[in-house]
Amino acid sequence: MEQVIFYGFAAILLFAATMVITVSNPVKAALFLVLAFFTSAAIWLMLHAEFLAISLVLVYVGAVLVLFLFVVMMLDIDLAPLKEGFTRYLPLGILVAALIVVEMITVLNAPQFDVLPAAAEDGSNTRVLGRLLYTVYVYPFEIASVILTVAIVAAITLTLREHQRKLQDVGKQVAVRREDRVRLVNLREPKQDKGEETS
Amino acid sequence: MIVLSDYLILAAILFSLAVAGIFINRKNIIILLMCIELMLLAVNLNFVAFSHFSGDPAGQVFVFFILTVAAAEAAIGLAILVLLFRNLSTINVSDMDRLKG
Repeated sequence: MEQVIFYGFAAILLFAATMVITVSNPVKAALFLVLAFFTSAAIWLMLHAEFLAISLVLVYVGAVLVLFLFVVMMLDIDLAPLKEGFTRYLPLGILVAALIVVEMITVLNAPQFDVLPAAAEDGSNTRVLGRLLYTVYVYPFEIASVILTVAIVAAITLTLREHQRKLQDVGKQVAVRREDRVRLVNLREPKQDKGEETS
Repeated sequence: MIVLSDYLILAAILFSLAVAGIFINRKNIIILLMCIELMLLAVNLNFVAFSHFSGDPAGQVFVFFILTVAAAEAAIGLAILVLLFRNLSTINVSDMDRLKG
């Protein structure tokens, strides 16, 4: 039963990856990439990595691939010149990929990789990961958060348009006087004139 | 019973598919970025498989860090892509030859 589920998910994952690299429309490619990430999250669940599987769905499918879809749909791309060279480089690509697969299978079929899973750790996967992250790996964890902040700043700085920015000129703000901004209007006098006319 | 080498072979096939994608889609920079994401996914699958079969959760911590760095990389890569499209009106890799002497 477990083997059937594994081979089913593996087939879906490889099919989705093949479609990502062969489909001509980038929107369809992004959607097949969503399928690939979902399927590998399921495979990670089979490996008892529950926290990482959920965070793969949340972070990748929820944020990164939506960003991909956003950018792909925002840009007005002429697809025809992007497909040229597809058939020209197809044999070379298949050759290199097949060589990598054959080499890796040759190496990985060795008997020392035929191990069975180690005994499952007691307690939930999230608790184990959290204990490790906040004790042993707390310093890399902080660096990861700094990297994310730097990425935000870099992405915003790159895409900001210079002429649309609203800048504050501090010198002008300090030099302003009361007379430039406030104009006192006497509201009572016209009213009194009106009153005298009616009486 | 599924052994470690099954997962490793699956990750190897996924990685080689991504390499082939970089070969055959070498004009379209969006597909190139997606292929890099697929490569990182294959590497993460290796990490999770080794972590499960050796009983050491440290491999999953490394996957966590790879996810963080990959998210940052995707955000900055797409920002550069938007900037490039705004300046050149194309995402064709062969049109990006401004540094050519």
